[in-house]
Amino acid sequence: MNLTLTVNGAEHSLDVPANTLLVELLRTRLRLTGTHVGCDTSQCGACTVHLDGCAVKACTVLAAQAQGRSVTTIEGIGRPNGTRNGSPDDLHPMQAAFRDCHALQCGFCTPGMILRAMELVESGGTLDNRTVREGLEGNICRCAGYHNIVKAVLAAGDAMQEQSR
Amino acid sequence: MSTETGIGAAVKRREDLRFITGRGNYTDDLNVPGQTCGVFLRSPYARAKIGAIDATDALQVEGALAVFTGRDTATDGLGDLPCGWLVKSKDGSDMAAAPHPPLAVSQVNYVGEPYGLVVAESLAAAREAAELVAADFEELTPVVATAEAAEASPIHEGLKDNLAYDWELGDEAATDSALATAAHVTRLDLTNNRLIPNAMEPRAALATFDPASGNYELRTTSQNPHLERLVLSAFVRIAPEHKLRVVAPDVGGGFGSKIFVYAEETVVTWAAAKVGRPIKWTAERSEAFLADAHGRDHVTHAELGLDGAGRFTALKARTTANLGAYLSTFGSAVPTYLYGTLLAGQYKTPNIHVQTHGVYTNTAPVDAYRGAGRPEATFVVERIVEAAARETGRDPVELRRLNMIEPDDFPYETPVALVYDTGNYQASLDKALHLADYAGFKQRRAASETRGKRRGIGFSCYIEACGLAPSQLAIQLGAGVGLYESGEVRVNPTGSVTVFTGSHSHGQGHETTFAQVVSDKLGVPFDDVEVVHGDTGRVEFGLGTYGSRSLAVGGSALISASEKIIAKGTRIAAHMMQTEPTNVAFEEGAFISGNQRLTLQEVAFASYVPADYPPDLEPGLSEKAFYDPENFTYPAGAHIAEVEVDEATGVVQLVNFVAVDDFGHIINPMIVDGQVHGGLAQGAGQALLEHGIYDANGQLTTGSYMDYCMPRADDVPDFVVDTTVTPCTHNPLGVKGCGEAGAIGSPAAIINAVTDALGTEDIAMPATPEQVWRKLSGL
Repeated sequence: MNLTLTVNGAEHSLDVPANTLLVELLRTRLRLTGTHVGCDTSQCGACTVHLDGCAVKACTVLAAQAQGRSVTTIEGIGRPNGTRNGSPDDLHPMQAAFRDCHALQCGFCTPGMILRAMELVESGGTLDNRTVREGLEGNICRCAGYHNIVKAVLAAGDAMQEQSR
Repeated sequence: MSTETGIGAAVKRREDLRFITGRGNYTDDLNVPGQTCGVFLRSPYARAKIGAIDATDALQVEGALAVFTGRDTATDGLGDLPCGWLVKSKDGSDMAAAPHPPLAVSQVNYVGEPYGLVVAESLAAAREAAELVAADFEELTPVVATAEAAEASPIHEGLKDNLAYDWELGDEAATDSALATAAHVTRLDLTNNRLIPNAMEPRAALATFDPASGNYELRTTSQNPHLERLVLSAFVRIAPEHKLRVVAPDVGGGFGSKIFVYAEETVVTWAAAKVGRPIKWTAERSEAFLADAHGRDHVTHAELGLDGAGRFTALKARTTANLGAYLSTFGSAVPTYLYGTLLAGQYKTPNIHVQTHGVYTNTAPVDAYRGAGRPEATFVVERIVEAAARETGRDPVELRRLNMIEPDDFPYETPVALVYDTGNYQASLDKALHLADYAGFKQRRAASETRGKRRGIGFSCYIEACGLAPSQLAIQLGAGVGLYESGEVRVNPTGSVTVFTGSHSHGQGHETTFAQVVSDKLGVPFDDVEVVHGDTGRVEFGLGTYGSRSLAVGGSALISASEKIIAKGTRIAAHMMQTEPTNVAFEEGAFISGNQRLTLQEVAFASYVPADYPPDLEPGLSEKAFYDPENFTYPAGAHIAEVEVDEATGVVQLVNFVAVDDFGHIINPMIVDGQVHGGLAQGAGQALLEHGIYDANGQLTTGSYMDYCMPRADDVPDFVVDTTVTPCTHNPLGVKGCGEAGAIGSPAAIINAVTDALGTEDIAMPATPEQVWRKLSGL
């Protein structure tokens, strides 16, 4: 099937089999390998991306469902949007907080964790230790024990609110 | 040296930038031209004879390229996957090692065991073809339960029973005699639950073969690529070492499960030459559950004798360890040399005897998982000490203190073969008690009761042994490899430094920590030091990362290599300054003699452009070192857990956790804290959530994240972590290792808190709501 969608600000028109998953499209066709696959039951959250600003698990979304919509992956956040130049100055506040707080170790769950955490902050609810822990329930990290991840999300929450003022 | 980047500084990790921007290079992220996809055929049965395998229909699938079975690998003479540690039974006989072919040939012995490989143009085609392979199996009765395995009929043809070995350590007669005369004997039956490691990145392999050169290249999720290469070369006989390059790129966690040489990467490498195309295989999570080596799975009866004053007189442990269907790479050593040797804990127990029956079952192989033997030993010691305190009406803290090895007792030789070099166990305990506000516990307990919650507190004063060593002793005890580490420090002509280490980083942050060490030692800027690891094509040799050994052993090798750089640099500088080397000192990155000063960078340049140079010295400034430790290191600490148990639901909430650990000197405290946090969450997982369960037919009933309960963010509290420091006495950095302590100390502390809350010793891990609710309900 023919599929048109925007990924990290760039429009793509592709011919894909109808059963293609969004995560396959990202990783295999677009070579955006920052989105990871950590399980086969939609439990781990390593594949989390934003679809029209909402965090979704890309292993459970068909590429076809992204028709005409906008996808943001870990490669597409930060400033300036989507340049992937990776300098510390260009990081999104959530990326910067993960680094500052040592909220990642092996890094495999990190992209999904960051994208979910961004949505959690952007959704505007109360942010405290408990709500952040509950909000990250769908993302498994095996390395960091969550302690520093929670710290990072709270710190980034402050920074993002500061930025939007 | 800059205090901002040197030893002791919380330097932010340089590896983070690629991970937080999605530019890591994990194995599955890599692609090569002409690549094909592999899917493994896995046994649906726990134990069965393999009959005819018909791939006719599978090969009709568009894009299907080949189907290989165990008969093909056997015909090609592929060797078995070896177990790297030959354990001897107490009668002196060698362990009974069942052959472990990379693909099962005539019989499968656990659900998920690979018996074939399908290769196709795409993953979808490979999966479709795999579905169409018709294999006949004749089911046999499986042996599953750990405790009953030894008596059951043998699962392997040619072995007389399922007992791989009957191992012992310590003086049995003296221990029995001390128990017989003890004023009090505490007895406990303990189960250490089977765990499934679950690094978030599933295992993967991408193998290429170049027919023109005959060279193989394997990129894979390994904690020790040189060991992988050694085994594939010397044992499986795929290719000699100089024709085989193994690269472990970014690896998404290991926790032990990626130490081992598995069937999958072995077969994929072999098949890449057969197909004449690169092959990529990436495990699905379901495959990881079935076929990654599992951890723990012990059943133990323990007895602790005390005299009238409460001093421990003897400890006896009878353990049955489930080894799974085959002896995995280090599976034999974990419940023996990494377990029995730790049963002295932090205490002066004079008589200890341990017996371990290693048994085969029709389950996935069991091997090292974070802690590897030491969490099991800690669980035995710290559970029975806590139980003894309760039985004899003593405060658990005071009973521990009474029996602890004192700072003046070091070096301390235990009755189970170790010599602890240093420690101050009382100091860690005191600090932990303060941080946990032990004095205020009674008030907190009363407050919980008003909310329908039972509160408990539990302690665990653990010891571990890291950096397994020395090589000669370990080899005498059955190890098949040395236990040193290699390192190379290369000062480039313009003064930047490239460091090569045989250690491997898969989350530990070596690219940062090791750069701190070398930058500090050589007095060169942190940003001028690059660390290379995980590639047999670039790093000379290495034994990789396991057993919290990287800094203590690999870091020490870098110190040795740096010292050689300084020694050679001193000779060059002396020549340039027209003095004797004995007149030259090296301070903060410069060679100094009187008022003359040459930087390391200037000396490096002179070594590569030897215009004014000692005539008897080779040019260049690059040095290698192999560091073989003279002893283990002995991290130790005190962990205190506090739980609340909901009387209505049986839910156990871990409400407070304090860990005070002695890791010796610390290079990067930020990274050390992170390692402890992660270990604690895994320990909390073992104590409260995680359990790998096989049913009576040998089917894994916990084969996904729907059934196997991983710790999530809201299952654990913020952790209170701190350290005390007694530097290791025998390595140049004075470091001990911090990777596993969290997982070693915490399960016992948490279960001690749960049993304290419930007033019964009879709680098994994991303390699930159902189990706890049944206890509360008297069921």
